[in-house]
Amino acid sequence: MKRIIGALVFTFVFSNALYAREAHPYSEDPVVEARLLVLADELRCLVCQNESLASSRSELADDLRREVRDLIRQGKTDNQIKTFLVERYGDFVLYRPEVKPITWILWFGPFLLLLIAMWSLWRYLRMRRDALLQHQQAKAQSIENPITPQD
Amino acid sequence: MTLKNKFLIPLILFFVLVGFLAVGLKRDPHEIPSPLINKAAPAFELPTLSGDQIFSPADYKGKVWLLNVWATWCVSCREEHPVLVAFTQQYHIPVVGLSYKEIQPQETQLNQLPTDKKLQLARQRSQLFLNRLGNPYVLSVLDMDGRVGIQYGVYGVPETYVIDQQGIIRYKHVGPVTPDLIDKKLLPLLRQLEKT
Repeated sequence: MKRIIGALVFTFVFSNALYAREAHPYSEDPVVEARLLVLADELRCLVCQNESLASSRSELADDLRREVRDLIRQGKTDNQIKTFLVERYGDFVLYRPEVKPITWILWFGPFLLLLIAMWSLWRYLRMRRDALLQHQQAKAQSIENPITPQD
Repeated sequence: MTLKNKFLIPLILFFVLVGFLAVGLKRDPHEIPSPLINKAAPAFELPTLSGDQIFSPADYKGKVWLLNVWATWCVSCREEHPVLVAFTQQYHIPVVGLSYKEIQPQETQLNQLPTDKKLQLARQRSQLFLNRLGNPYVLSVLDMDGRVGIQYGVYGVPETYVIDQQGIIRYKHVGPVTPDLIDKKLLPLLRQLEKT
């Protein structure tokens, strides 16, 4: 029994090594690598769409990182690199879409909804207050002139 | 709206929401609209499969043609292949193949080979595939490192581009070409482009 448990523990502990992949060769230049890391975090991997280019292990992500690395070495600015990718893959590669007419609803929609909600709340509260006031007035009147019939 | 049917407001909002969700369910998140539509097809110069020439999209100026991204390791390409073969037999639209990263990065041993050996191997594998399953391509070029693929915004193989006489990309399809797609999308578009 002990042996079996031992074997199981061994399997569980060391099986992780099987899933490990060879580390990708880092570019020699740590400055390039640092910029790549920041940029790749803002870019979406198109194959596994909920991962950023920095965290994805897909093949396309590897290729795109290589491309971004090359562009950095060529001295392109972050914006130029993003434009390069947007021109080929569309706005979808950006995790933070640009603010432009087509994305206005995306950026400002939630605030618009908040405004509508606040306006509705304000209107509702005012209506309730008016109704309450009316009710109180009516009550006060009926107390003031209890016998006077309503004409 | 009168006070009486005020209760309808949440109901209407609910149905609007259901409508949005229903549309969202039917849309394929993997279909990303390409920004390259109605833009010039990126230029490239790649060796052909037969090995005796270099192909560049500029060579096909004045023609309406298809660029089909494929690879022998791609499962959907196999599904698509007979459809393409039948299509090229029936219509005289040139289809250019772009063999995308034939030698895969995970083929570690093969990747240690020198570049010309890898190219030779990719040629052999692709040629074998075409010999066995039929060759729909007027020619096929080899994009070994996927760089041209990135220029075209390739993110999944197979992909098919329609390029017009002026070298403008008119349409892009991601995934296997189906008879349905040919009848409903490709043929009407190709006929319209050929007229101009």
